[in-house]
Amino acid sequence: MLLPDGRQVPDLPLDRAVVDRCRALADQVTAQVLEFVGRHSTVSIERTVLRLYGLHDAGPRGVPLVNLAVDALHEKRLLGRGAAYWMGYALRRGATDPMGVVERLVALPSSPEPLPEAEERAMLEEMRREARANVDELRARVRRRDALRDELGVGPRPHKYLIVATGNIHDDVEQALAAAQSGADVIAVIRSTAQSLLDYVPHGATTEGYGGTYATQENFRIMREALDDESRRLRRYVHLTNYSSGLCMPEIAFAAAWERLDMLLNDAMYGILFRDINMKRTLCDQYFSRRICALADVVINTGEDNYITTADADEAAHTVIASQFVNESFAHRAGLPDRLIGLGHSFEIDPAREDTVAREFAQALLVRTLFPEAPIKYMPPTKHKQGDIFFSHAYDVMADVVGYVTGQGIQLLGMMTEAMHNPFLMDRYVALKSADYVYRAWRSMGAEITFRPDGMVQRRAQETLREALALLEEVARDGLFRAIGKARFGDVAREEDGGKGLAGVLERGPRYFNPFLEIMEAR
Amino acid sequence: MRPRDWEPGQIVRPYGDRRDDGVVQLSFVLPVPPGERAREAAAELARKMGMDQVHVASMEPAAEQYTFFVVYGRTSVSVDYAALSVPEVVVRKKGFDELNEYALREVGRRMVVIGACTGSDAHAVGIDAIMNMKGFAGDYGLERYACFEAANLGAQVENAQLARVCKEREADAVLVSQVVTQRDVHKENARQLLRELERLGIRGRVTAILGGPRIDHRLAVELGYDAGFGPGTRPSEVANFIVGAVLKRMGKEMH
Repeated sequence: MLLPDGRQVPDLPLDRAVVDRCRALADQVTAQVLEFVGRHSTVSIERTVLRLYGLHDAGPRGVPLVNLAVDALHEKRLLGRGAAYWMGYALRRGATDPMGVVERLVALPSSPEPLPEAEERAMLEEMRREARANVDELRARVRRRDALRDELGVGPRPHKYLIVATGNIHDDVEQALAAAQSGADVIAVIRSTAQSLLDYVPHGATTEGYGGTYATQENFRIMREALDDESRRLRRYVHLTNYSSGLCMPEIAFAAAWERLDMLLNDAMYGILFRDINMKRTLCDQYFSRRICALADVVINTGEDNYITTADADEAAHTVIASQFVNESFAHRAGLPDRLIGLGHSFEIDPAREDTVAREFAQALLVRTLFPEAPIKYMPPTKHKQGDIFFSHAYDVMADVVGYVTGQGIQLLGMMTEAMHNPFLMDRYVALKSADYVYRAWRSMGAEITFRPDGMVQRRAQETLREALALLEEVARDGLFRAIGKARFGDVAREEDGGKGLAGVLERGPRYFNPFLEIMEAR
Repeated sequence: MRPRDWEPGQIVRPYGDRRDDGVVQLSFVLPVPPGERAREAAAELARKMGMDQVHVASMEPAAEQYTFFVVYGRTSVSVDYAALSVPEVVVRKKGFDELNEYALREVGRRMVVIGACTGSDAHAVGIDAIMNMKGFAGDYGLERYACFEAANLGAQVENAQLARVCKEREADAVLVSQVVTQRDVHKENARQLLRELERLGIRGRVTAILGGPRIDHRLAVELGYDAGFGPGTRPSEVANFIVGAVLKRMGKEMH
């Protein structure tokens, strides 16, 4: 099969009718969820709206202004009208700066005196105008990012994705530049442990974090600017990614879009299953954050690879595929084109078994063939990694080969010290050097290899697709909420009203006002 | 008792190509560009570590100001194998699969573990790291263990409610996380849970575990808990402790 970017991968014949049926079922699954999403908002969505209007700062004791404002509105049960409405109201009532807006919102009575009809109309129009201006400014920033990328060009696919995670943004910069110099195409700054469970975005540059570095707008700015300079020096554009997940999914999407990040991990299913975040909350948040990604041309990465770090990678292969169809449909419904949908999967079958490479080829090629235009993100092994770094290195190289030959879009490079500590500078170097060797050595093999019809690889891929179809039939029948309740993904069960963040979900009132959503949905 | 796998007076050294040749390999990065000075720095470092016949096998630029080295050398030091003092391990810590299998066999059912961050404390980071599927630092959380039925009630859970849940669900263990320690609020709050468990008559049936950045085993025991875990604790340590404690209540010992 010839990929849109010109690479050739081995052909995998699939039953068109089965594939079409999978897509139709996934659309049924997401339609049910979107019906819920369309009637609700969340505190994090409303905070994002205020951020889009320019409320970036934090108040006394470091609490973000948007949290002060939205918490006050939510407490008074006013948020169903939309934070944008009340911001406009506060401006009409004399607020002149962000702090003034917040003070007025905090001081609102529980049933504020309505604005005169004509004034209200004028206010809504003004807020819409302001929203359009801010969206234009955001788009201009994105165009600057794209212009630099076009001017400098990018490395060959799959893009080599490397992680930094020192806890200190300034040390992260040093490590990121070193990785870029030795060939990294994408830098991911891992977040501090459990940031996903904070219901606010920390403010400013941070130098302390455990297991990673806080995602803050200022940290994003610092890293992107450093990478801009380095990209110019290297004459090769280096991408930056972070994590739009957890309780502040849409706010992080906004901060990342504004600071010109290129990609974001963005997957409600990950939060639901692995962070126990309430499903209603995070599916609403996911929709709005994906709308922002569509607006800002940010590639999303989904987290299906995580299912097979809990469940057995071979037995649960079909759950990855089924979830990818669902995630693709969610992404389409949020306005993301295929070129921005970086579906995730990984090389995780237990290496103690036989014929694992055939089965990994089957899976990787199946994903590639089902989603030919998507910049598929391929993850290296993690679950079966141990302290023997020499074996781990060989194991990672095997994943590089499968990823390269099957034409993946983004290759997260495995670290030989996975399962021991955050990557060292030399771990990244060794991984990059070996990946470059794989890319050189296997350069034309994707076009040379033909898998035997009815051989192990083709049969396994077709079998997985059939199982994915059966699972999608079940999920479409039960609904996504109930399917998750039955532990259909990652062997983890979560309840519809369980988990963190449900208190931050609210029904949109009949006159809900969100001009950014209006703009994004009309695009 | 196992036959001894060592001889009195036995001396050991690394084995590369021949017995007692003392060969070791080393890799590291120096924050300098490659060159003869860098090569000498790497060799000198190895010599200072006690190696001789040092050979810098590889010197490569890992980035513009960083050089990656692979160094071989021979160490002249050795170890008197018989004279090593190795403390007797009382409870061997079991791996994930081994613990699950062992606990299900010996206890004969899944153990119920309830976790919460109690009182006004909203810092669920610690309890989440121990309880959640994902775990912490590559070490799976208790939810992931087949031998546990683990429920994380999250933050700001009232002691009375937590005790009630322990009774209703016939909990084998309760995990309490306390992060906020201003004016010793955590001590009173921690004691209150034990009083609630006693009031419901289930204190003896539940292993009570306290955790948090300012908690240690001694403090937890002083407060009346069965164990305390401080910062950096892995879920697997807590898992092993719970299995041992439940078996102890059954009159068995964990092997």
